[in-house]
Amino acid sequence: MEAVFRTCAQTGLKVDRQAERLIKVHAVAGVFAILFGGIAAVLVLLTRWPAVHLLDPTSFYRALTFHGINMLIFWIIFFEIAVLYFAGPIVLSCRLAWPRLGWAGFGLMVAGALLINIAILAGRADVMMTSYAPLQAVSYFYLGWILFAVGALIGVCNFFASLVVARSERTYEGSIPLVTFGAATAGIIAVFTLAHGAIIYIPTWLWSLGIIANIDPGIYRLVWWGLGHASQQINVAAMVSIWYLLATLTVGATPINEKVCRSAFLLYILFINLASAHHLLVDPQLSPAWKIWNTSYGMYLAVLASMIHGMTVPASIEVAQRRKGLTKGLFEWLAKAPWGNPGFAGMALSLVLFGFIGGITGVTFGAEQINIISHNTLRITGHFHATVVAGTTIAFMALTYYVLPLIFRRYVISQKLATLQIYLFATGMIIFIGGMTTAGSYAIPRRYWDVQFATSQFQPPVEAAAFLFLGIMGVGGLFALAGGALYVLLTVGTVLFGRRVPDTPGAVPLAALPQDKGQHVPISGTLVLVFVFLASFIIYYFLNWKWLADIWLVK
Amino acid sequence: MADKEQRPGEKIPLAQAFFDNIFLLMVLGIAVPVIFYTIWGLFEIASIPVGK
Amino acid sequence: MSLQPLTGIWWKKVDSSEKVWLGIALVWCLILFAMMPLWHLKGGQNPSFNTFRTTPADFMKKVEAFVEAGPKVAEDKGLPVIAPDPQKEVYMLGRLWQWYPALKLKKGQTYRLHLSSMDLVHGFSLFPLNLNFMVLPGYEYVLTITPTTTGEVFVVCNEFCGIGHHQMVGKITVE
Repeated sequence: MEAVFRTCAQTGLKVDRQAERLIKVHAVAGVFAILFGGIAAVLVLLTRWPAVHLLDPTSFYRALTFHGINMLIFWIIFFEIAVLYFAGPIVLSCRLAWPRLGWAGFGLMVAGALLINIAILAGRADVMMTSYAPLQAVSYFYLGWILFAVGALIGVCNFFASLVVARSERTYEGSIPLVTFGAATAGIIAVFTLAHGAIIYIPTWLWSLGIIANIDPGIYRLVWWGLGHASQQINVAAMVSIWYLLATLTVGATPINEKVCRSAFLLYILFINLASAHHLLVDPQLSPAWKIWNTSYGMYLAVLASMIHGMTVPASIEVAQRRKGLTKGLFEWLAKAPWGNPGFAGMALSLVLFGFIGGITGVTFGAEQINIISHNTLRITGHFHATVVAGTTIAFMALTYYVLPLIFRRYVISQKLATLQIYLFATGMIIFIGGMTTAGSYAIPRRYWDVQFATSQFQPPVEAAAFLFLGIMGVGGLFALAGGALYVLLTVGTVLFGRRVPDTPGAVPLAALPQDKGQHVPISGTLVLVFVFLASFIIYYFLNWKWLADIWLVK
Repeated sequence: MADKEQRPGEKIPLAQAFFDNIFLLMVLGIAVPVIFYTIWGLFEIASIPVGK
Repeated sequence: MSLQPLTGIWWKKVDSSEKVWLGIALVWCLILFAMMPLWHLKGGQNPSFNTFRTTPADFMKKVEAFVEAGPKVAEDKGLPVIAPDPQKEVYMLGRLWQWYPALKLKKGQTYRLHLSSMDLVHGFSLFPLNLNFMVLPGYEYVLTITPTTTGEVFVVCNEFCGIGHHQMVGKITVE
């Protein structure tokens, strides 16, 4: 199959048409997944909101399984494979290494997703996303996971093979761009993730067929989370790469020091997967030494990496803005940033919410002992909605508003609605997360049909405050769902009806790179922001140790 | 774009070359967590004693 | 910029303002790391590794022996309420969909609580205290607990275990 290219009039990049088609189909599949996951989210939200309590138990647990898998796995991973197809062959202007295999990989992912969703809707897989053995689903549910993982792995390998092609065919000189390096980080994490998926799902599938007698639940949890948490770490690397990309496209930012940024990605590569241990901190089968070393990502070096990116991304924006003359005071560069551009607003909100809420709660609840007052409560779900939804998903939504004009080559049907969409979704999520996480600190359990315990053997009294926060969670969730629905409407509407982008340079506004006159540009505004972050972190962290000290003694 | 344009014959710093070797990074990125998370974890589970 | 390949040498000096943040962030990371071993030494709440392999049948025998030995001080919702001697081992099992037996403990006394599951993975969550541990079939987890508050505390299962998951609530009373 001979490679066919087009030259992008907006960026000058040589675009392999097959790679571009694969980006499109993966992005479309992702949007379908967020639509399905979003419908399930409405049902789950309206059930966990005690005032509404919509679904019966079976339907609730089924909807929750459906919601979890479609959002955390299908939406996120389809989108990420699209990002890899962009960050590899397209950014490097080379041919896609294995076009036919790429389509086979996509086909496997779709087949796997269909098998899983059909199994759930048919009522044969009420096992939650985690499907902890000895809970057992119908065997084709596990087969679906295997097919999806293999398909995704093919996409990942296609990316790495394209890097080899680009290098050997010399389509670029020097080192790969930072965005591609970040994508490679995501790809490496994905290999670890998907390998663990295969290691756990093949025996589990055989067990569901009656070929293997038993699956040890302790081993299952260890290996499964090598897939489960690591899949979310792919998100972190992809999201951070997208922050750098959007900073360039929206304000013309350049990384202030590539050594620092790439070293931070290296820390992710080496250590970020260790923290799959977060889910096992109050499990019986592992030692404190194993727990402490792994939950800390190796002495918190991967957290250091996040704190580095949390500084370098805003710093690069500050430098670009100051170079344009926005030098008044500490924050003119920020105040006069393009907040009306959904690409910028989404990137900024993603960074702030991921850092302040997702990151701080994650490290805190991930401390071995603080997990005792967090595990399996709504604190955990609050944390990961901050990382995966307010963080990664908002970044993906922001990027979509560039994917549409540059890859699908259609103008977004309403720029104003796109901006509203980002702010509506982010605001809703902040309120939702605040309500949910606080309810969790009252020990409200996750994955639970009825917090009024109406049909339980005993009826624990629940504090009124917990219900208040669950209500706040409900209201915030509705706003977020409106924002999510708007995202689906805008993307589908644009792909179907958007005005075509002409093939002339400048037809899509991309920020120009400000002139680097060689003078030193301060990053004082950024430094203030990161110190505010650190102060918040310190306060929240030590508050939790105090709350831990207030419960019973246990060892 | 970089701060210093490479003059002919000037060596790339070893660290920069290390970062350019994506496959070496991949090997390390898989080996480290497989050893510390997976293998160490399986070893601990295997060594749990039987109850009396 | 982030989309362009880097030619030449980009491995260059780090600006001092960045170095300041890097240094402070690294120190914070090391503090975060040190807190965990420190709490094992000085703090009162730590997940133990007192774990043994067992089977549902074997563990059930131990639970039944424990309930037999008593003393049983009451019955609550059909469950025997056992008030164990702190010098002896205490047992509780989780099964679809019940925690068995109920317990009556004394504030300030230390008990070795043995937990296991008869069937699926369950979550042992003391509500509303907010103390959470995992209970796995085939694994006997021994937690050494000292109640520091009095009153009723409920054992909520917070790991999904099927359709009766939200009905699985047990009880510990502390006086």
